[in-house]
Amino acid sequence: MENTIAQIQVIPLQYYILFCSALFSIGVIGVLAKRNALVIFMSVELMLNSANLLLTAFSAYRNDPAGQIFVFFIMVVAAAEVAIGLALLVVVYRSTKTIDINALNRLKW
Amino acid sequence: MLTQYLFFFLSAVALISAVMVLLSKKPIHSVLYLTLTFFTLAGHYILLNAQFLAVVHIIVYAGAIMVLFLFTVMLLNLNIEGEFQKSTLMKFVAALAGGMIFLVLIGTLKSFDVSIVSNPEMTQIGLVKNLGKTLYSEYLMPFELSSILFLSAMVGAVMLGKKDKN
Repeated sequence: MENTIAQIQVIPLQYYILFCSALFSIGVIGVLAKRNALVIFMSVELMLNSANLLLTAFSAYRNDPAGQIFVFFIMVVAAAEVAIGLALLVVVYRSTKTIDINALNRLKW
Repeated sequence: MLTQYLFFFLSAVALISAVMVLLSKKPIHSVLYLTLTFFTLAGHYILLNAQFLAVVHIIVYAGAIMVLFLFTVMLLNLNIEGEFQKSTLMKFVAALAGGMIFLVLIGTLKSFDVSIVSNPEMTQIGLVKNLGKTLYSEYLMPFELSSILFLSAMVGAVMLGKKDKN
């Protein structure tokens, strides 16, 4: 009985799933619709963050610390990824004088 | 009750600023809206009583990653308005595909039945003390390996950023 009362009072886990799915979809749309490599990076960050938040929500609702540890490691990898990605972006900008990803279509074939 | 209002407020601000990341013409405005999204997500972590993650999130994202993005935009002088756009058809197709993914993800809710074990406002696992115990006992090996990852990322970034002599 006490458990059901607690369930009514807290935010349903479904709300977190809805919110994180919306955030993830916005990230997907950004990756597909943009040509600026910088904005594409930002959309990837959005997707990573939505996954992080959902992992934390499940971890808090299931009382399992492993989820939050995973989020910590995802943040570590995301930081390294951004550092390398932006360094690559600088190199691309030096060689092509633009960050339009369509300038890189010579890598296609 | 206050928690619910805070949840809806933070979610609305996060979604609006995430959309504004895509809609704003200048890259620097996109970076600033992204920072706003990160701060609202830190608020979400605090609502879930994950204090350690909230602090790490602010330090890593609002501190390090935002500075990296801003430095790239400003040093390369990339802040040119609406320089290149995809065609309207491509944008429409992208929005359609993203909406489809949203529908599929929401569709999983139909068969969603997970028993909630604990009240997230009462749970103590997000505190630094309890998370640190888990991190330094069960996950000590990956934690130490992540330092090697950081070292290699740093060396790689410096090597890529260095100008060629010849």
